[in-house]
Amino acid sequence: MHFTKDHEWVRLDGDVATVGISKHAADALGDVVFVETPEAGKVVSKGDGFAVVESVKAASDVYAPVSGEVIEGNAALASAPETVNADPEGEGWFAKIRVSDASTEGLMDRAAYDAFLATL
Amino acid sequence: MTDEPLKTTPLNAAHRAAGARMVGFGGYDMPVQYEGVLAEHRWTREHAGLFDVSHMGQCKITGEDAVAQFERFVPGDYAILKAGKQKYSLLLNAEGGIMDDLMAGKPDHDGLYVVVNAGNKDADFAFLKANLQGDATLTVLDDRSLIAIQGPEAAEVMAAHEPVMAEFGFMDCARLMLFGVDCFVSRSGYTGEDGYEISVPNADAERIWNALLQDARVKPIGLGARDSLRLEAGLPLHGHDIDATTSPVEGALTFALSKSRKERADFNGAARILKELSDGPSRVRIGLSVKEGAPAREGAEIADMDGAVIGNVTSGGPSPTLGRNIAMGYVPPAFAELGTDLKVIVRGKPAAAEVVAMPFVAQRYYRKPKAV
Repeated sequence: MHFTKDHEWVRLDGDVATVGISKHAADALGDVVFVETPEAGKVVSKGDGFAVVESVKAASDVYAPVSGEVIEGNAALASAPETVNADPEGEGWFAKIRVSDASTEGLMDRAAYDAFLATL
Repeated sequence: MTDEPLKTTPLNAAHRAAGARMVGFGGYDMPVQYEGVLAEHRWTREHAGLFDVSHMGQCKITGEDAVAQFERFVPGDYAILKAGKQKYSLLLNAEGGIMDDLMAGKPDHDGLYVVVNAGNKDADFAFLKANLQGDATLTVLDDRSLIAIQGPEAAEVMAAHEPVMAEFGFMDCARLMLFGVDCFVSRSGYTGEDGYEISVPNADAERIWNALLQDARVKPIGLGARDSLRLEAGLPLHGHDIDATTSPVEGALTFALSKSRKERADFNGAARILKELSDGPSRVRIGLSVKEGAPAREGAEIADMDGAVIGNVTSGGPSPTLGRNIAMGYVPPAFAELGTDLKVIVRGKPAAAEVVAMPFVAQRYYRKPKAV
């Protein structure tokens, strides 16, 4: 699993990236009450806002950690947004994206991300 | 906002020790949440929530001319307000716009005790000091903290400390010794629940805060839940749902216009306000039930069923009590009737909404049984 400085995570399996927000991000947001995930077919570029996560207080953009075409948004989050808090780096995934470049360049591994969090 | 360092309340260390997440609000470093907004919201609706609202502005206005001078800028009848009572009112500018909303009461026999919003307090106090005439004198009570306890168990909790508190009815206020010190207290709040606001000397704030938290029915509640609670109660937040451009008629706050004051038309902005009362305002604050999609928050457009934009949401979000999204905002009166179908536009997507009555969640203020 790799991470961005905006607290998204990516898990690559071949050319399919499962993406979500980190536990740190989910904890910082607090109670997630609404998630808008992208629909299949949407083409996203790394750094684009591709999903929205809302706490009681505010809506936050989620940025694509990779470029590619969305093959599935996590529809289960529509009725159970609290999954993002309960299991942010597992069942609380946001989307699966077929990546145009299956490299993790520019992303942090877990150790680097933890070190980055320690600087915040 | 400026880059000035945030001010702190005397309870800042207590919030941090309790693990609160702190944010800047109204120029103060304040707790937005302790364990989580939803849990704190529900705790307040079911038990008793303790709020540090020391960032709000407290003052006394004293002197023979205090009430008459204060009334020039508010539309409530404070001359006939009985000692031991307080009343919600609005600080009006010359155009009838709402500079702030406030509570003012007669807790003692020494003029008025007034509580105003944190973000407006410096401006409010400067305005009143500059405009109060005669011997009316405004004294800022910055040596005092303000603690609110709200919820269905608040009265029992307070009575366990101070049995006299049970005798208060909604909007009763007094100056009395509580916890061994000189306090101003009122049975009121900003959540729709029964409860009290207690003004205590700064030096005693942490002691009293901790004493109240000893009770298992009481938990500290942050500003996040305070906002969702007041939204459910249909209570406007100044700077968002009402501001210096909105009138009391537009803001759906005509209950704050005392009959006698309307007849005398002797307050700031009376001409506009009376005209709006007779002819109708151009826009009015409404409640919306958002029936699908994302929460509609401040700034979201409100459209009619043909898609024409007719107004804006001024605050909104999920209602933890109702389990659906609610909002308040402004529309022309033609669209304000209860049951009117409208759309709210969130991130470009229209979602079905309906005009509903406020409060969204029934208020549970304590009304004393009438004496026989």
